[in-house]
Amino acid sequence: MAEINALVIAEHDNAGIRPATLNTITAAKQLGGAVTVLVAGSGAAAAASAAAAVAGVAKVLHADADIFAHGLAENVAAQVLALASGYSHFVFAATASGKNISPRVAAKLDVGQISDITKVISPDTFERPIYAGNAIATVQSLDALKVITVRTTGFDPAPATGGSATIETVQAVADSGKAQFVGAEIAKNDRPELTSAKIIVSGGRALGSSDKFNEILTPLADKLGAALGASRAAVDAGYAPNDWQVGQTGKIVAPQLYVAIGISGAIQHLAGMKDSKVIVAINKDEEAPIFSVADYGLVQDLFSAVPELVAKL
Amino acid sequence: MKVLVPVKRVVDYNVKVRVKSDGTGVDIANVKMSMNPFDEIAVEEAVRLKEKGAVTEVIAVSCGVQQCQETLRTAMAIGADRAILVQCDDELQPLAVAKLLKALVDKEQPGLVILGKQAIDDDCNQTGQMLAALADLPQATFASKIEVADGHASVTREVDGGLETLKVKLPAVITTDLRLNEPRYVTLPNIMKAKKKQMDIVKPADLGVDVKSHLKTLKVSEPPKRGAGVKVADVAALVAKLKTEAKVI
Repeated sequence: MAEINALVIAEHDNAGIRPATLNTITAAKQLGGAVTVLVAGSGAAAAASAAAAVAGVAKVLHADADIFAHGLAENVAAQVLALASGYSHFVFAATASGKNISPRVAAKLDVGQISDITKVISPDTFERPIYAGNAIATVQSLDALKVITVRTTGFDPAPATGGSATIETVQAVADSGKAQFVGAEIAKNDRPELTSAKIIVSGGRALGSSDKFNEILTPLADKLGAALGASRAAVDAGYAPNDWQVGQTGKIVAPQLYVAIGISGAIQHLAGMKDSKVIVAINKDEEAPIFSVADYGLVQDLFSAVPELVAKL
Repeated sequence: MKVLVPVKRVVDYNVKVRVKSDGTGVDIANVKMSMNPFDEIAVEEAVRLKEKGAVTEVIAVSCGVQQCQETLRTAMAIGADRAILVQCDDELQPLAVAKLLKALVDKEQPGLVILGKQAIDDDCNQTGQMLAALADLPQATFASKIEVADGHASVTREVDGGLETLKVKLPAVITTDLRLNEPRYVTLPNIMKAKKKQMDIVKPADLGVDVKSHLKTLKVSEPPKRGAGVKVADVAALVAKLKTEAKVI
C-alpha cells in the first residue's frame, strides 16, 4: 500500500483550535502515518501555533487570507485541493463546518467520502453508524485517496500540548467569489461548548415554555458547570435555540454525565447521547423510553425534583 | 427560473430498522418506504418559492429503483410540476448521485437546486456539497431560511453555536435543515392531479454517468446495547449515587 500521510483540516477561531480538531487528530494518528494539520484562517498565527503544539502533529500548514475569515466552503475546499498532492487521507471533524467542506474535496478528487467514522479498523476500513445509530456499518474505501469525517465522540482528544511541529506558511488560494458572508448570530455565553462539555443538562418538551426551560435548568447547569442541551421537541417548540439540539439531526454528544430532564427519549434523541458515560433521567412518566438507557432514573415531577437537586448539590 | 429538487426514497422515519442476522445490511423487505424527510422540506420550500413568484417551475428528481416513482408522485402532489426518474437497480452512493444530478443540471439549467442535507438511511450528508463542487456552484448547506432576489439567495444556516447568513450568487445549491419549514399535508385532489403530471424516465447511461461504488460495505451489525440502570427513590438517593458510585460530580 502507498504511504500513509494524513492531512487534518483544523477547525479554529483564528486564536486557537476548536476541541473537535483534537479528536480528529487522534483518528488521523490511528491511520498509522504522519499527521499534518492545515490551518486556513485570517490572522490565524495563534491557531497555527496551537495546532503545532498538539502531541503527534508532524507539520502545520498555515494559509492566511481574508477569504478564510468565515470558513466559506468554496474557499477552504479550494485550499485543501491546492495542497492535496502527497496526502493519502483528508480528515475533517464531522461538525457543521467539516461536513460543509469535506464532500466538495471528495467530489473534486473523484473519490467517495466516508462520513462520521467512529472507529479506524485499518487505513481503508472504518466503522460508521447508519440509520440514526440503529446499525453500525463496517465500510472499506475502494479509492486510493480517502476523504473522511470523524465523529468526535468516537475518539479521545489528542493532548493539546507536548508537540513541536514545524509551521510552514503556504500560499492562499484566490477567492471563489461565489459566496459572501453576511452575518452571524452566535450565542455568547460562558458555558462549555455542547460537544466538548464534561456535563450536559438537557431539557425536553415537559418544561412547557422557554421561560420555564431557563428558570428550571439554568441553576442546575450553573451549579454543575454544565452545558445546556435540548431535545428536538423542545427546540421545535421554541423553548431552546436550535444549536442546543442533541440527537441524530442535531449534536452528537458523549459527556461524562448527561442529565435528561423531562425528555421522553425518542430514538433520534437517544442516537445523540447514548454514548454518554453516565446518564441520569428525571421524568414523571415511569414508562418513558429514556429510562431504558439511564443509569439512574428518578420518577418525579421535574418542577419539584430539579430545584431540590440544585439545593442538595 | 427553474428549481431542481432531488428526492430520495428511504425507510420511513417511524420504522425501527432491524439488522439482518447474516450481517449483510438492514432488513427493508416489507417495510414502509417514504420520502426522506429533509427532501420533503426541500420540495415544500421550492413550491413556496413558486407560490411567491420567485420560481416558475419545480422539477423533482429521484435516482434509484422503479418504486421511486411513488416518491416523485408525492413530490408532485406537494406541488412539483414535473419529475425525472433516473432509474437504476444498483446501489447508488452519494458521488454517483451527485454526478447524475450534475448531468441533469447541465441539461435543465436550474437557477437553484434544493435538497435535503442528509438522507436518514445512510446519514452521509454529502450529495448537495458534491453536486455544488462538480457543477462549480456556490453552496449554502443546513438552511433554516431562504430568500431569493436579484439573482442571489440569502440563506440563513444552522451552524455550531448559532446561525449564519450567506449570500450566494445563483445558480446555487442549497441543502435543507429541519426548521426551514413544515411541509404541507398532501390532499386527495392534489394526489389525483399529480398522477397526470409528466414523469420522464432516463438511465444513468443516457446521462453518460458511471455509477460505480466507491465504498464497499463489509458488514452491518447491531450497535452495542446499553442496559437500563436503576431507579432511585428520591433526589437525595440520586445525589448519593452520583457522588459515591458514579463519581461524576
